[in-house]
Amino acid sequence: MAEAGLIDHTDAAAGSHSRALEGPRGARPRRVLSRRNIILYGTLFVVAVYYLLPLYVMIVTSLKGMPEIRLGNVFSPPVEITFEPWVKAWATACTGLNCDGLSRGFWNSVRITIPSVVLSIAIASVNGYALANWRFKGANLFFTILIVGAFIPYQVMLYPIVIILREMGIYGTLTGLVLVHSVFGMPILTLLFRNYFTSVPEELFKAARVDGAGFWGIYFKIMLPMSLPIFVVAMILQVTGIWNDFLFGVVYTKPDIYPMTVQLNNIVNSVQGVKEYNVNMAATLLTGLVPLVVYFVSGKLFVRGIAAGAVKG
Amino acid sequence: MASVSVRNLDLSFGDVKVLQNLNLDIEKGEFLVLLGSSGCGKSTLLNCIAGLLDITDGQIFISEHNVTWEQPKDRGIGMVFQSYALYPQMTVEGNLAFGLKNARVPRDEIKKRIARAAQLLHIEPLLKRKPAQLSGGQRQRVAIGRALVRDVDVFLFDEPLSNLDAKLRAELRVEIKRLHHELENTTMIYVTHDQIEAMTLADRIAIMRAGAIQQLADPATIYNKPYNKYVAGFIGSPSINFIDGTLEAASDPVFKAGETKVDLSRYAFSGNGPKPGPVTFGIRPEHIFMDKAAVDEPFRANVEVDVVEPMGADTLVWSKLNGHELRFRVDGQTPLKKGDRVKVGFDPARASIFDAETEMRL
Amino acid sequence: MPSARPSQLFRNLNAKIASIPMILTAVVVFLGGTIWTVVYSFTNSKLLPRMRWVGFDQYERLWDTNRWLISIENLAIFGVLSLIFSMVIGFLLAALLDQKIRFEDTFRTIFLYPFALSFIVTGLIWQWLLNPDFGVQSVVRSLGFDGFNFDPLYNADIVIYGILIAALWQGTGLVMCLMLAGLRGIDEDIWKAARIDGIPMWKTYLFIVIPMMRPVLITALVIVATGIVKVYDLVVAQTGGGPGIASEVPAKYVYDMMFLSQNLGQGFAASTMMLLTVIIVVVPWAYLEFGGKGKRHG
Repeated sequence: MAEAGLIDHTDAAAGSHSRALEGPRGARPRRVLSRRNIILYGTLFVVAVYYLLPLYVMIVTSLKGMPEIRLGNVFSPPVEITFEPWVKAWATACTGLNCDGLSRGFWNSVRITIPSVVLSIAIASVNGYALANWRFKGANLFFTILIVGAFIPYQVMLYPIVIILREMGIYGTLTGLVLVHSVFGMPILTLLFRNYFTSVPEELFKAARVDGAGFWGIYFKIMLPMSLPIFVVAMILQVTGIWNDFLFGVVYTKPDIYPMTVQLNNIVNSVQGVKEYNVNMAATLLTGLVPLVVYFVSGKLFVRGIAAGAVKG
Repeated sequence: MASVSVRNLDLSFGDVKVLQNLNLDIEKGEFLVLLGSSGCGKSTLLNCIAGLLDITDGQIFISEHNVTWEQPKDRGIGMVFQSYALYPQMTVEGNLAFGLKNARVPRDEIKKRIARAAQLLHIEPLLKRKPAQLSGGQRQRVAIGRALVRDVDVFLFDEPLSNLDAKLRAELRVEIKRLHHELENTTMIYVTHDQIEAMTLADRIAIMRAGAIQQLADPATIYNKPYNKYVAGFIGSPSINFIDGTLEAASDPVFKAGETKVDLSRYAFSGNGPKPGPVTFGIRPEHIFMDKAAVDEPFRANVEVDVVEPMGADTLVWSKLNGHELRFRVDGQTPLKKGDRVKVGFDPARASIFDAETEMRL
Repeated sequence: MPSARPSQLFRNLNAKIASIPMILTAVVVFLGGTIWTVVYSFTNSKLLPRMRWVGFDQYERLWDTNRWLISIENLAIFGVLSLIFSMVIGFLLAALLDQKIRFEDTFRTIFLYPFALSFIVTGLIWQWLLNPDFGVQSVVRSLGFDGFNFDPLYNADIVIYGILIAALWQGTGLVMCLMLAGLRGIDEDIWKAARIDGIPMWKTYLFIVIPMMRPVLITALVIVATGIVKVYDLVVAQTGGGPGIASEVPAKYVYDMMFLSQNLGQGFAASTMMLLTVIIVVVPWAYLEFGGKGKRHG
């Protein structure tokens, strides 16, 4: 019987067997509505609703008029859609000090975020590059202090920085806040860039040195062009981080240059006047809009950013 | 009676067909090697047999049972992986026992089986250690042990030696062969890309390419009578010489390539005999002899030495036979240099001739 | 390498120049600032820092202050619960997403988006949702459950759970992402081996996969824990520390003492206590992660 099998199968392209064989054949039968799938997708769906509901409630509340809010429940869609709360939140809502709405805070945040992002990334990328490719004696010691420093609660360093900024004459100014953001962004960004530049093949760096390129030449002509993705990741990290900051904004700036988060909190939690929930929600949404847009546009890069930052940090 | 049978197996991922109408019968106690370069579908086929991949169409029988829809654990198989896949938190003993405990095998029985596996694989002193404390070779022994204690009829090996260095690989190869002798009734299916492993271990080799079996035969047949040009080129190191030319069969069949003429009257043509037309002539480097050794060979010619590659025990010589490249092997002590003209010869009976168009053996 | 050249200081000069901001930040701000604060926590600084030594007076006063004790208690409850819940929920979500499901990207995007929002926004959203007159409580009541009571933001006993809900909503996605990365890093063959061995899925997770994910689990734990100590904006936005002082947290105590009550010494002492908490969390981790390296990979 073994012989028969051998001869039969020395032919590689053996055709279909004539022997009819009953019993199961083909793929294992799988029902779309198996118990496993119902539980799996059911759970995911319920959790997704829990995560999405607050966003939904914010949106519908911000589109309702106050009388409708007082009557109905928070989950019901608006009967009459009005954009008035948005206009009011943007242009005329009061913070207790002034009544020109969130627009002021928005522009303050823009003026804080852009230079902070540029400065912090510029410093950290060059620094990470130096740490990865031009190691000098003691560099690792300072880097270790920097990374350990990332775990120190900000509260511990809050007041010494007030003194430093005051000595420099920039306490309470945008410049001061930009500097603070650059300082506190440094650990995570330096780590990010250092790890990235370390992963670049060393031969490339050596070849450039043999070709006569120096520190800045290699940085600008070789490293920078090939590391655009990591710059985007750093940018996402910084834009959301700085835009969402509250503590530094409230400590190191003065009311007329408060960032959007601080102003938002002042508007919503101000004790004066009647609470206008629709305006509050519109204002909250407006403040959350910038990081949300960044998040939804960047998608996988955002995940990569937090993974790169968090896992190694 | 077949131990493992694969019938008309199809596997596709979406539109990509990975395996097509594949048939395979493996005898009880046989050692079958699935050999091929990466991406040929050999590991995929093994995963299908194991039940780790859902097949698209066809049937799989193990020990006469239709297991097409069975879970891997119910198929009566044990499997050994390239990355060992040992459970890192458990001791060696824990690794061997975990599956059995889950199958509610009685405690003494577990003990007995572990003792036997440990003895067979010489891992008794390692039982209390964790995988991280073992060397690569030891880990793979434990992984084999995990398949062994399952007390099954069919062993599946998925490139088990590929993560080991050359020396350990040779050692463990012998050990696997010994194990197969000791477990007489155990069928083994072994996936590898290493032709030495295949040639040394296998009762039969299935050479795969692009999801189909090219040739299924014992190692000697595969080596001496490759079914097609791909198999001939794949098996053997250094690889076979191919010379393109034509076959003339007016009276006695003759292979012609330029000025070279090889009399093929000693060649055993298959099937319908010689069919004139364009062909590829293949002769293995180790079947070509030089100088005195070549005197008695039916075919003789003069060649010019081009490159000499000494490898210790023997030397590989790259030469030109009327413009065609010809590699052959000589003893390591032979003094040769570029430009030498030497006499070589071979027996056309040991050659392989393939149809230039279908690439099938003639 | 020409190490004997005379100009040691100027070797690699550009790299050193490029590292000046890092060196200044590390030494002056992080190290110097921390030491400064710790030192001044032993003074009786009020409106301005003064170098008048009072020993442990500030600490004694701190631990006598009811508000600080409540802050610590809140932090403990909030900390333990948010650690447990965010780790468990984060892992479960990651495990669900790891089942080769459809729309994985969509679900992940939904679970992670709150993480992009600031704590202020998060706090304000949940302040509105938990508003007893219009939010969840009133909606459930209007469905016919008249006796339903859930107003954490107005009930001093449970206010911290109201904050917990918001914090979990915001932060679980991050833990999920970390865990998912950990799960994806597990050798595919391990799963195959477990299937051949016939080990049920839950057992494979519990006895094989989770132990293998130890590094990721610990990293996630440290990230969540250090985040918990810093919690400030969320409380400010959601409750302002109220009702009364029921939802005060240490970080807010520090800010209020330093910038509102002109009691710098207290602020320094409180922030030093926060530092101590972080050290207790981070040092053992750092030791495990970086200290015992030689032992683990021989």
